[in-house]
Amino acid sequence: MNPLRRELEIVADWIEPGSRVLDLGCGDGTLLQYLVQRKGVIAYGLEIDPRKVTRCMDRGVNVVRADLDEGLADFHRDSFDHVIMSQTIQAVRYPDKLLEDLLRVGRNGIVTFPNIGYWRLRTQLLFRGRMPRGPSLPNAWYNSPNIHLCTIRDFERLCASMGIEILERRTLDRAHRANPLLNIAPNLLAEVAIYRFVRGAQSL
Amino acid sequence: MVRSPPADSVGLVTQHKAIFEEPLALDCGRELPRYELVYETYGQLNRDASNAILVCHALSGNHHAAGYHSEHDRKPGWWETCIGPGKPLDTNRFFIVCSNNLGGCHGSTGPASINPESGKPYGDQFPVVTVRDWVRSQARLAARLGVTQWAAVAGGSLGGMQALQWAIDFPERLRHAIVIAAAPRLSAQNIGFNEVARQAIMSDPEFHGGRYYDYGVAPRRGLAVARMLGHITYLSDDAMRAKFGRDLRGSMSFDFDEVDFEVESYLRYQGQRFVQDFDANTYLLMTKALDYFDPAAHFGDDFSAAVRPIQCATLLLSFSSDWRFAPARSREILRALLENEKPVSYVEIEATQGHDAFLMPIPHYLDAFSAYMNNVARELEG
Repeated sequence: MNPLRRELEIVADWIEPGSRVLDLGCGDGTLLQYLVQRKGVIAYGLEIDPRKVTRCMDRGVNVVRADLDEGLADFHRDSFDHVIMSQTIQAVRYPDKLLEDLLRVGRNGIVTFPNIGYWRLRTQLLFRGRMPRGPSLPNAWYNSPNIHLCTIRDFERLCASMGIEILERRTLDRAHRANPLLNIAPNLLAEVAIYRFVRGAQSL
Repeated sequence: MVRSPPADSVGLVTQHKAIFEEPLALDCGRELPRYELVYETYGQLNRDASNAILVCHALSGNHHAAGYHSEHDRKPGWWETCIGPGKPLDTNRFFIVCSNNLGGCHGSTGPASINPESGKPYGDQFPVVTVRDWVRSQARLAARLGVTQWAAVAGGSLGGMQALQWAIDFPERLRHAIVIAAAPRLSAQNIGFNEVARQAIMSDPEFHGGRYYDYGVAPRRGLAVARMLGHITYLSDDAMRAKFGRDLRGSMSFDFDEVDFEVESYLRYQGQRFVQDFDANTYLLMTKALDYFDPAAHFGDDFSAAVRPIQCATLLLSFSSDWRFAPARSREILRALLENEKPVSYVEIEATQGHDAFLMPIPHYLDAFSAYMNNVARELEG
């Protein structure tokens, strides 16, 4: 078993044993394989890249090749206890619609994304006048899959406007560590943001 | 075949026959007093008989799924692309079994077999068999081979439906179902094509109500037409355009008997070749079995309820240009399995070849299939 990125460990800690999990943009299935082996979850992944889909199948992870931009029509309301989007939301065409669909098919949502408000990224734009790049954003503007980057504040605004109730936020620094100092100004200091949320009482 | 078979072929193979003397009750209400299944195997059965895979053939297929019967064979078995050393159904790891379905014309009991009651070929007296009947007949073959649980049951098209039926009817007797280019049941359009094919056969003057064996003839023209029609549905519009376009053989003949277009020539050739070793009554039976395939029918028309007994994991594969059993049909199976929280993976493969793609060496198809089977093999090691 490959050591999980710290981010995936945090996500895994939020998943109860035996629960039903859907991973949107599951990549090579690392997280789902971990969840199945350690937590005995019933897990499915959706992934668009054929090579990653193949990796999932080699690992014995249930995977469906799917384009998230087409929505989650194959799944009924409340099919899952947790729906995860790890480093995926910034790469989809309609993040708001997908969030809505996510909370239709799942009771809990878990989202992680690179925080474009991170100070090193801000300074690239401010002082160098270039689109920010970094370990979490390795591509150039013209070939990046990340077409909907947002800051921590942006994401929380969107959740508020959609009536999504955020239960917990975790942040990671440049070394992908959980550093308590990040809480001073997370939108400036955190490189990665990780959220756990549910449908708000009067929403959706 | 060239002098020696390719390294990734199972090479020369021989067929076996299993004879079952106990009667087999059929869905139609009749029974077969006894039956024979002809089959081939590739690879070695391991000590605990856990590495056996059953391959189910499609409409016009048979038990000869891989390898060659002699050095003189021009072509290998029908699923040579997927069965052999290092291939998805890897004969270094798995013991592969493929049997000819009941009603077939390649050695299993079928309409040309002698009816013990009359001492003559069954002909039109052969009972209409169903996919469920086939599964039941194969369950006895499994027992005969000492296989209590298949590592997987796999097939494409009608064979995929048979794999699905296995998973529903004998949930504890397989660990994986590989269901390729299939559907939960046929559409009206699918049944329509099958009916035209049957009418082509039955309206041939040589058909004689299905008793043509008694007259020493066969409805070859009707069967050829049926095959030509079927063949069109196996190819995509794009594939036909790429292969033939509107190319002419020569100049326009202004005559109906002449072959003008390349596509006509191709279809006539396919039809003529097919009738050399296929029996028209078998074609009628196989198309009927396809038409009748409908697991939901036994569960109040609820397909989701039909798949509920399934205990195995399922791999679903479809092909983007397949319009006979389109990806949308595989998605119906996917949804029903997801509703029941069954382990399932599904990939729609980008392919231009239409329904026939499941027989072709398409890299992403073989990669995905191999990756899935790697995991099946890993389970054997515990």
